[in-house]
Amino acid sequence: MVSVQSDRLDSGQPREELLVPSSVKIVVAGGFGVGKTTMVGAVSEITPLRTEELLTEAGTQIDDLAGVEGKNTTTVALDFGRITINPEVVLYLFGTPGQDRFWFMWDELSYGAIGAVVLVDTRRLDGGFGAIDFFERRGIPFVVAVNCFEGGHSYSEDEVRHALDVGDNVPLVLCDARDRESCKTVLARVIEHAMSKLDHAVA
Amino acid sequence: MSPRSSDWWYDEAAGPLVRPYALVSGRTRPTWGRLNLATQVRSIRTSTETGSLSVEHLEIIKLCRKPLSVAEVAAYLHAPLVVAKVLLSDLIQRGDVITSDPSRMATAPDLNLLQKVLDGVRAI
Repeated sequence: MVSVQSDRLDSGQPREELLVPSSVKIVVAGGFGVGKTTMVGAVSEITPLRTEELLTEAGTQIDDLAGVEGKNTTTVALDFGRITINPEVVLYLFGTPGQDRFWFMWDELSYGAIGAVVLVDTRRLDGGFGAIDFFERRGIPFVVAVNCFEGGHSYSEDEVRHALDVGDNVPLVLCDARDRESCKTVLARVIEHAMSKLDHAVA
Repeated sequence: MSPRSSDWWYDEAAGPLVRPYALVSGRTRPTWGRLNLATQVRSIRTSTETGSLSVEHLEIIKLCRKPLSVAEVAAYLHAPLVVAKVLLSDLIQRGDVITSDPSRMATAPDLNLLQKVLDGVRAI
């Protein structure tokens, strides 16, 4: 196995041929239909790609299959996008599968992730509970992004925090998942939040 | 054959599953176990003996002339992730494909890297 570390690259050196970038991830989670793929698409440099994981008997040690008896294979679709930060670093945005029974995929999605966005819709706030719980338990930095649908709510930040039971230590931002600038702000908040947590950990 | 084997090759959403598994001779576990969704892979220029490789292996080598993630390889191949991982691990073991340093993936990104990502996101 040959592994080439990106930091071996000196600018102008012909080694670029062998450069393998590092990748970082941000997970975009939330309930079904809340706009996760829309958000990924708004900032991705490629049209969001879809990949599928087949859940077969090889992976059925997972308890979450309860309730889908009689079906030996099932497909979990993941939508994702990419942002090339520079030749050495690529950021991937992974949308979580909407269905709760695919929790097991979240572990791989979250492994090594910078942090996560929990996208919520004020008409269906309960769609965000599972994701908030998941990231809290694993100590993964996350921000809550309230997708402001047209003709929707107007709740105050405090009301949303109270309804979701998240404290002031979790950033909460209002956003429009269709809007690139708005989604960039959300991602920046995730990264800043991860940086501040890291700072605290070091201090 | 188990009683449920008739279902084995068919999925309601995905349709017949014969082809993906046939691609990897029924293997469902990559031989090189450290491939994550976001692991970067890239084929190396030096060509080795390719006679024993499948069309799909060759397709991956072609796709990975530019660095890609495992998830992108799977998406472009229209193959399930596990299939892409199995095929990629074949190529990694042969030395046709290299990956980003897996130990980097295992540790949380450091402040320096996060700052670069933050600057990059703001710049798009």
